[in-house]
Amino acid sequence: MCLGIPAQLVEIVDAEAKTAKAEIGGVRRIVSCALLEGDARVGDWVLVHVGFALDRINEEQAAETLQLLSDMGEAYERELEEIRKTAEGAA
Amino acid sequence: MRYIDEYRSGGLARALASELAETMPQDRALALMEVCGGHTHAIYKHGIDELLPPGLELVHGPGCPVCVIPVGRVDDAISLALEPNVVFTTFGDMMRVPGSKGSLLDARSRGADVRMVYSPLDALELASANPEREVIFFAIGFETTAPSTAVTLLRAQALGIENFSVFCNHVTIGPPLKAILDAPELRLDGLIAPGHVSAVIGSRPYDFIASDYGRPVVVAGFEPLDILQSVLMLVRQLAAGRAEVENQYTRLVRRDGNPRALEAIEQTMELRDSFEWRGLGSIPSSGLRLREELADWDAERRYEVPGVSVPDHKACQCGQVLRGLVKPWECKVFGTACTPESPIGTCMVSSEGACAAYYHYGRNRPKRGTVPA
Repeated sequence: MCLGIPAQLVEIVDAEAKTAKAEIGGVRRIVSCALLEGDARVGDWVLVHVGFALDRINEEQAAETLQLLSDMGEAYERELEEIRKTAEGAA
Repeated sequence: MRYIDEYRSGGLARALASELAETMPQDRALALMEVCGGHTHAIYKHGIDELLPPGLELVHGPGCPVCVIPVGRVDDAISLALEPNVVFTTFGDMMRVPGSKGSLLDARSRGADVRMVYSPLDALELASANPEREVIFFAIGFETTAPSTAVTLLRAQALGIENFSVFCNHVTIGPPLKAILDAPELRLDGLIAPGHVSAVIGSRPYDFIASDYGRPVVVAGFEPLDILQSVLMLVRQLAAGRAEVENQYTRLVRRDGNPRALEAIEQTMELRDSFEWRGLGSIPSSGLRLREELADWDAERRYEVPGVSVPDHKACQCGQVLRGLVKPWECKVFGTACTPESPIGTCMVSSEGACAAYYHYGRNRPKRGTVPA
């Protein structure tokens, strides 16, 4: 129950009650947006937990973390490639 | 799916694992606690433990909301469910948690109207649709879930829905961590802090772990790469002799958390003097109850509950599992008398419980490279 799932808001249901429809892994469900800063907008990525959008997922930060990880992957793949070459040369 | 698939790349995981092996100090073993049951689940689901270098051990922590509810509170819940005219609503996992005389599911077979809900708002909806019944919601969970209960209460108050009440068992993450760090029998080198609790409270409340206990903390997301990267951040700190609070989960967690969520909790709930935890005993200022202003929606004020402290089943070692002292496979009843189908303890019931995670992913023996705590 404590798991949160990334979801995208696809429809504002009731602006006063702060409810919206979110698509969660192919399923649509009404969630409360009462915990979000400002008005919920269609297209917002949020983390859904027990029927509440707990907060928006920061797209920029998501991309940044991923880039950090990818850079590391490339650096390592390059390094591994070099090690492999050296190993072949040595043999 | 966006924000999931990208964080599951196998190539990147191997790159992180190799960086981890290089950073790992050669002269000592390290024990890191993953506080959150969601992390425990992800670690075994994705085999992250298999990618760790020898001498690096992950210790499971108390962050499973179902697991930490003691037997006495389950008995209280069952007593409420058996009140006349009550519809007792609960998250699915709590249905099967054994009390001293059976579970909520058993109470249902004895005639209690116990229903599973996905959200506290579903319980409120049920109350609104059935004004002749009394709907009680069994509220459990850390700061992740407390705001949802809080907003639901504020909505019930605003709409004047009077046949709805909450049996409040919300808990806070700081005090049990302090209790674990104060316990002499377990030595931890660092903590992987729960990502979704931290979305609400922020990363600041963990500062005492770095400043008072000299242990590094990294707030982590839930995808395999998040967890591996967080482990690497902790090992880097330890290798460099640093103890700081760092945030890996920047796409969701801010230093000061979610102010609207904290405000909703503040408006509706206050700290109890103490709250009993399974395995950890009574911890001062660790549980939340409803404020006096919301007495009309407080099931504990509206009904009599036994409120008795009941010891765990004798064979069950859930308490030690929750404190990181015993691995699930070391418990005598693990996988024999205690299984997900017929659980004795909470750690086998909840999908976030360490025993259920081990059982589900076929981990029933010591792992390569594990070291005694």
